[in-house]
Parts: sequence; structure tokens; C-alpha cells
Amino acid sequence: MSVILRAAGAFGRFWWDFLIGDTPEMFVATLIIVAAAFTLRSVRPAAVIVLPILVVATLVASSYRGRRRPG
Amino acid sequence: MSTTSTTLMLVAVFGASTVEMVEALTIVVAAGVTRGWRSALEGAAAAVLVLALVVGVVGVPLIRYVPLSALRIVVGALLLVLGMSWLRKAILRASGHKELHDEEAIFSEETTGLRQNHPAPARRRDGVGFTVAFKGVLLEGVEVVLIVISLGASDHRLGPAAAAAGAAAVVVAGVGALVTRQLSEVPENTIKMVVGVALTSFGLFWVGEGAGVHWPGSDLAIPVFIGVFSMTSLVAVSWLRRLPGAETTGTEESPRSSGAVAPDDGAPNVVEREGDPVVES
Repeated sequence: MSVILRAAGAFGRFWWDFLIGDTPEMFVATLIIVAAAFTLRSVRPAAVIVLPILVVATLVASSYRGRRRPG
Repeated sequence: MSTTSTTLMLVAVFGASTVEMVEALTIVVAAGVTRGWRSALEGAAAAVLVLALVVGVVGVPLIRYVPLSALRIVVGALLLVLGMSWLRKAILRASGHKELHDEEAIFSEETTGLRQNHPAPARRRDGVGFTVAFKGVLLEGVEVVLIVISLGASDHRLGPAAAAAGAAAVVVAGVGALVTRQLSEVPENTIKMVVGVALTSFGLFWVGEGAGVHWPGSDLAIPVFIGVFSMTSLVAVSWLRRLPGAETTGTEESPRSSGAVAPDDGAPNVVEREGDPVVES
């Protein structure tokens, strides 16, 4: 039983580290992008513009957040 | 799916596998040098078998039984998370805000740790060497498996995707056998940035397709995304380089030869999990 629990714990930790880790904003942004894709699927021109912009904004914001601060 | 996007998919899998396999090779070579090659190679081979088994056991049922639109949403979301994370790391490293991955430093740390352990038995199998090599290849290979399954399953090309990953493993092992410890010469961050752009592009494409957004030009949207995200990355690198705190060397040189100083940005490259050193990709 403890072996199963340990394996389940390791499995959960792997997915936590993989999906969230030290960049939870990536996970949240991905959820927003998926939701936006469903919301805008009937408005193709908007979807085609908005979805890539969301990715670009996420990348820039997350990289800025991860920068090294002086001092 | 067109030939162009299939080729892009195979290149992405090959690149991602190359990056991860270089990291795994560092650990295997460290185990081989300090604990004996037989056990290290057996451990690595056992891990490759386990990873191949996971691809077969998880990937094939995914293709057969999960509806394609649902599969594309989940796979696209996973690729987005993975791709954007790789891209973020590559941007921060290239702009001097994060330490470049230093395979020589990792090799040195691994060998020091292994030598401090009990001496390896002369001719018999060494459990420590086997375990370290097995864990190293397994942990580094998990992301490769995710990428192979994600890209292969959503495109119904699991076989070619797995073959691309296998080819990368063979190439890296071959190069590793020739250069042994010169792994720092591999332009890892550049590969990581290219693969990050590709994974993010595929991720966005599959999320849109799965949700019912029909991209203009269908598969041709992928090269367009690649162009947009490449430009974004280059602009972000250039911008971040000018911000306070950036090291002046943000190139692909070995951190040791370039004189880069280890930063403290809260994201160490070598972390400890359950007492074992794990190389963060």
C-alpha cells in the first residue's frame, strides 16, 4: 500500500513540477488561451489575432518576471 | 497534415530529444567514468527500454480511443506549457538573466558525488552506477516521451515521432562516444530556443484546431507562428539584455570559458529531489 501511495505521490509531484513548478503564470495563461480558443472559435478573425497575442504577452511577461534583479 | 508540418514536427522531436539526451549523456558518462561503463550502459539501456514501453503503452491507446479534438486540446495545452517554459528559459539564458547550462560543471559535480560513494567493485555490476545512469536517462527522457506522445498522437504519426527521438539518441550517443566530455560545446541554449518556438507553435495550432478555430492556410499557420514567436524571442532577448541585472555575456559560449558568473535568480540548474541530484533542463 505504501508503495502505491509513494508512486502516486511521485506521479503527482511530477505533474505539479511539470505544469506549475516555478512558473505558475504559464499554466494560468495556457488555461486562458484554451478558454479564449473556445470562446472565439465562431469569430475566426478575432481568434487568429488574439490567441497568438496571448502567447506573445505570456512569454514577454513571464521572461520579464524571471529577470535577475540587481542587488 | 502536410509534408511541411510533418517535417517541422519531426525536427521539433529530434531537437527536443537532442537537448534532453545531451543532459542524460552527461550523467551516464559521469557514472561510467567513476563507477564502470558496464553498469552505466546497462542502466541507460534499461531506462531507454522503460521509456519506449511508456510510449507504446500510453501513445497507442491515445491514438485509437481518444477523440481527436479532445486529444488535440489536451496535447496542445501540454505543448504550450512545455514550449513556453523552454522558450522562457532560453530567453533568460540568452539575455544574461540566467546561467547557461554548463555540462562540464554538472559532469564535475556528478563525478565528485559518485567518487565520494563506496568504491565500485572491480568486475561485477555496480548498483550505484546502474541506478544513477538509469535515473538520469529516465528523468531526462520523460519530457522526450511527453513530446513524442503529444506531437505523434495529435498528428497520428507516433512511429515517425518515436523514430526521430530514437535517431537523436543514437546521434547524441555517437557524438558522446567520440567527444566524451566535450558536451559543453553543444549549442544547447540555441537548440532549446528553436525547439521551444516549435513546441509553442504546435501547441497553439492544436489548441485552436481542437477548439474549432480553423487557422487560415490550415497547416501553413505553423510556420507563421514559428516566425512570430522567433521574432518575439529575439526582441525579448535584446530588450532584457539592456535591463539592469543582465550579465554581459549572453552568448552560447561555455559559461566557464565566457566567465559568466553564477546567478541567483531562484531557479538553480541542479536541484535535489529525494537526495539525488537532478539536472534541470
